[in-house]
Amino acid sequence: MSAVRGAEDRHGSAAAARAMEGVGGHVGAPHEMDTILDVRDLVKHFHVTTGFFGSATAIVRAVDGVSFSIRRGETLGLVGESGCGKTTTGRCILQLEKPTSGQVIFEGQDLTKLDVAELRRVRRKIQVIFQDPYSSLNPRMTVGQIVAEPMAVHGIVPEARRRHDRVRELLSRVGLLPQHANRYPHELSGGQRQRVGIARALAMEPSLIVCDEPVSALDVSIQAQIINLLEDLQSEFGLTYLFVAHDLAVVRHISDRVAVMYLGKIVEIADRQTVYEDPRHPYTRALLSAVPIPDPVLEESRERVVLRGEVPSPLNPPSGCVFHPRCPIAVDRCRGEVPPLRTLGPAHEAACHLA
Amino acid sequence: MGVLLSVENLVTQFSTSSGLVRAVDGVSWDVLEGETVALVGESGCGKSVSALSIMRLVSEPAGRIVSGRIMFKGRDLLALSAEEMRHVRGREIGMIFQEPMTSLNPVLTIGRQLTEGLEIHLGMTPSAARARATELLSLVGITDGERRLRQYPHQFSGGMRQRMMIAMAVACNPSLVLADEPTTALDVTIQAQILELMQDLSRRLGVAMLIITHNLGVVARYADRVNVMYAGHIIERGTAREIYANPQHPYTYGLLRSVPRLDEPRRERLAPIEGQPPDLTRLPRGCAFMPRCRWRVDRCEAEAPGLRALNGTDHVTACWEAERLVKETRG
Repeated sequence: MSAVRGAEDRHGSAAAARAMEGVGGHVGAPHEMDTILDVRDLVKHFHVTTGFFGSATAIVRAVDGVSFSIRRGETLGLVGESGCGKTTTGRCILQLEKPTSGQVIFEGQDLTKLDVAELRRVRRKIQVIFQDPYSSLNPRMTVGQIVAEPMAVHGIVPEARRRHDRVRELLSRVGLLPQHANRYPHELSGGQRQRVGIARALAMEPSLIVCDEPVSALDVSIQAQIINLLEDLQSEFGLTYLFVAHDLAVVRHISDRVAVMYLGKIVEIADRQTVYEDPRHPYTRALLSAVPIPDPVLEESRERVVLRGEVPSPLNPPSGCVFHPRCPIAVDRCRGEVPPLRTLGPAHEAACHLA
Repeated sequence: MGVLLSVENLVTQFSTSSGLVRAVDGVSWDVLEGETVALVGESGCGKSVSALSIMRLVSEPAGRIVSGRIMFKGRDLLALSAEEMRHVRGREIGMIFQEPMTSLNPVLTIGRQLTEGLEIHLGMTPSAARARATELLSLVGITDGERRLRQYPHQFSGGMRQRMMIAMAVACNPSLVLADEPTTALDVTIQAQILELMQDLSRRLGVAMLIITHNLGVVARYADRVNVMYAGHIIERGTAREIYANPQHPYTYGLLRSVPRLDEPRRERLAPIEGQPPDLTRLPRGCAFMPRCRWRVDRCEAEAPGLRALNGTDHVTACWEAERLVKETRG
């Protein structure tokens, strides 16, 4: 077992080294070898009880057939409003939720098919940074214990003395001081706590990090610090990010490619520039136009697409295109026929009959 | 336009286990009739405590309004009796909170929550209040009011609950509505709807709005004047146009620079404000922003700057080095 493991580790670091060379060089045609994560037809349905005594059950289609892939070293932004399924997608990739169907292929292995022991070994390489650093850090543990624990559990740095040094090294890498190791989470500010969360993820030497709204709970003046840190760490360690967020300006800044979700489906996916400069799905357009811009003069002259109504319940999604009840350009066809993701240009897909 | 609300040298403090927190530390600002004013700042800057102080909802005994005056329509709200203050809340000043779910009563129908204030403050009969409630719902864009009045908050979506809060806030024709982070909990497409609605109502009903937010983008389109707060002080004030186009305080400038913007080309690297937000129990003697400031000089450490105008307009800044900042940043 340990021999296999050693071989895997070597393989892992070789991959990381390859990725480091490849940083910034992944703009060419997608290559099978470069794909670190391939999500295929991912479906996650939740069964909920309704009715007075919970007699009836209904299905929430949180993620309803989502496919995308991420290349090594890139950042894929996953945006959408609450309830669109972006967080559930992330949790299915992490195997924190068991997908109803579909595949999550990470470095060639379908995670949904692995047994507990195998999954535990692979999962180490996929880490997560949560939105709220306060509720995701154990309040009774010191920062040092929080960062050291996963290294001990997974036997990454089995020796306690070396682990102690490694913790301090990681803390200083994320912009904290070695003495922060002796503090408790409540003694830190929000930004510092998020740095601890990042150090804990880094401790596992991951290749993929799912960042679930990592800056949205932070003060505006701190958000930029954390984003810069994430970008520095990415180029230093060849990390790949799935960046789940609702803030479109932040997502544009950090992502190489962007996928827009609505009611459990991807409605548009393309490289960053295309999504922001040539959005083809009416929902993407509405989302972009709703983002407030800190400039009163510009805002005054800006044409705004204010969407009617609200996101329908995923318990009972609309027929045809799920966006049609709110869509400013919907036609009859949209009510009856589900639009598939269509290729509109190089690496640009949108799910709209009229795109 | 006359002055509707004028806050004068307000000081509100909290005693906590880690020391005395000067949440609002000698702040003065006003709202004119029918005007929309924003209080902008990050968590702990004192913006929400300012609103709570106006409503006299600072939780005692930990919190205390230490000094100052809050003049509303010629009366000092801090001098009113508890009974008189109850007539001001809801009747003359409406309030919209960030979390509509936690500020609505889950076991009362929407109808009851809307009519209660109308019956108490305006002495309406139950049937008249009911008719007015239906009217209010349609005013805020909720159709099918009759049926909606019989429903409970959990049957409303987040956006609808916020519409309902707005209906409650304007129910008794107040002259001022305080909105504390009214759109922060909402999705961006719903945010736009709610802000459009608030602006529309403000114009149609002539009600003044005080919007409290951390999001500079949100108020750009909707505020006439902006007060930027940091560590319990107002550090810059001016018309929205002035503040966004010509920030004169390092903090305002830093905030505007640190956020990525969709209308600008993508920058390789963001320009954050370095350092941590201030610890309110251990504020420096001089300027509270000094430890994070790029433009700091010796004087900032010794002496806290007051608000002053650089060019004889209403645009004021609390910075000793504002002239240098302006010169260096408009190149």
